[in-house]
Amino acid sequence: MTERVFIAGGAGFSGDRFDAAVPLVAHLASCDGARYLIFEVLAERTIALAQISKTVDPDLGYSPYLEAYLRPVLEQIKMHHIKVVSNMGAANPLAAAKHINKLAGELGLPPFRIAVLSGDDLSTYLDEQTLLEAPTMEGNQLSGRDLKAANVYLGGDAVANALAMDVDFVLVGRTTDSALVLGPLLHEFGWANDDWDKLAAGTICGHLLECGAQVTGAYFADPGFKDVPALAEVGFPVAEVYESGDFIITKPEQTGGCVTSATVTEQLLYEMHDPTCYVVPDVCADVSGLYLTEDGIDRILVRGIKGSPRPEQLKATVCVDGGFMAEAELSYAGMNSLARAKLAADIVLERMQKSGFNGEIRRDIIGAFSVLDGGDASASQANNLPFDGDYRVRLSLISADHKTAQTLCDELQHLYCSGPAAGGGYRSSVTPQMASASILLNRTLIEPHIAVEVVDR
Amino acid sequence: MTSCSEMRRLPLHAIAHGRAGDKGNVSNVSLVAYRPEAYKFLATNVTADKVHKLYAHLGASGVTRYDLPLLSAFNFVIDDVLDGGVNASRSIDRHGKTLSYILLGRFIIDMPIDLIPDSSPYLDPDFRWQKY
Repeated sequence: MTERVFIAGGAGFSGDRFDAAVPLVAHLASCDGARYLIFEVLAERTIALAQISKTVDPDLGYSPYLEAYLRPVLEQIKMHHIKVVSNMGAANPLAAAKHINKLAGELGLPPFRIAVLSGDDLSTYLDEQTLLEAPTMEGNQLSGRDLKAANVYLGGDAVANALAMDVDFVLVGRTTDSALVLGPLLHEFGWANDDWDKLAAGTICGHLLECGAQVTGAYFADPGFKDVPALAEVGFPVAEVYESGDFIITKPEQTGGCVTSATVTEQLLYEMHDPTCYVVPDVCADVSGLYLTEDGIDRILVRGIKGSPRPEQLKATVCVDGGFMAEAELSYAGMNSLARAKLAADIVLERMQKSGFNGEIRRDIIGAFSVLDGGDASASQANNLPFDGDYRVRLSLISADHKTAQTLCDELQHLYCSGPAAGGGYRSSVTPQMASASILLNRTLIEPHIAVEVVDR
Repeated sequence: MTSCSEMRRLPLHAIAHGRAGDKGNVSNVSLVAYRPEAYKFLATNVTADKVHKLYAHLGASGVTRYDLPLLSAFNFVIDDVLDGGVNASRSIDRHGKTLSYILLGRFIIDMPIDLIPDSSPYLDPDFRWQKY
């Protein structure tokens, strides 16, 4: 039986570092045991955007960065028999699989055996009306809006079933992020599907790896207070997992960053609500008894995770057309700049109102009150700001139609000539939006549709 | 806590760190003590109600605090604070990733200086942390 499994986290979001996996693959090559590399590159809205690309071109709809991530490591992956599990397949894992083998051919490598997992795309087996009329967890209404994507979060069990096809790669669309790690652990250790403590441990291990370097010192540095060495070359994480469910979080030698109780604790609680009940499709994980022990430099041993039975319902994200977002900015600096910036915003707000717009416009003055203040001047703690500061007006709104969004941008641009003194550096964008909501579906509705297809050429 | 420790009025940033995460319109902000000795002080003083007040201007409708004594940490779950969430928000920071620094920077309290880590700039009485 497998004693130890090594799993490296090569990416934590769709735009993560492209060269991060190079030291990971070198590290894995030196490890004695089953070796896996995961890439988590699929945010909630990413899959909806991918779904839209697929409607335009049936050969698209997977991560545009597939080559960027895989080209630097594909040869070493093949040479050292490292298995890859990733959601870079997005809305079209089958096309992604073909692309990987095309890339392998270009690099003079034999084709990989790639398992493609399907069943997450609800639009292929549930009708649009059912999806749009299902009660949402957020309480918002989706019916009457244009459906863009609906994907259910599959679990580690589905990933493990794909690995059972004796493959080098598993490509998935939507699974819970941690399933990319739990799947290999289920496959290697053969944990029972009701061994809740182990399933919970594998899930939390995945939770710690799924954001890449966020557990190894990235997204942590606060210079002078929380210093992190060599962030420019931060090492991405590797987990060494034992059959018992205990695991060590570490990183390759000669890389930057650090693995400490503090970095692991911050990432453990990242995007977590009730620590006694972190729900994924496979289990409900309880980290209230979790404890961390140092096991050498940059090595943290994680133990004490408990689990309870998995939910009967699976969560799905439904994405609908969300109109357009306008963002427009203009700078004011030097003497009396805050007053000039506020006047600029007031002028645009007045003109928008006169043009018949009665929705809400968010006003930030960057440098005075912005992200922490909700853009609301009265809530700002900054009541004694520099008279000669460097401020930037930012106005934003979301509207169903493109024209209103564009009008806001145009109105701020008009202030180049028609506004307060010395406004400069106008920038704007109008971007299509995706509104989303979560729904719950009985797993009996989903499970018959989960399938694996193997691509080997 | 020994009663003879010198007290100083400082933000939580002096004794704790944290990170914000988003799920829908809910933000969770962790608060992790640098020194385990600070856990009790934080448990007594950093209540869900006080944290709610710090985020009320962003629309927060409620705050739940979860305690993790084995990690010297707390998890604050703050409802309705993200202007509808990442796909609906008009904020520059649609995920609310910057929001951890509201708790770290705007929760200012008299604290025993022996809860501050040894290398911290806050131990220097001349360190000017106030913005203005």
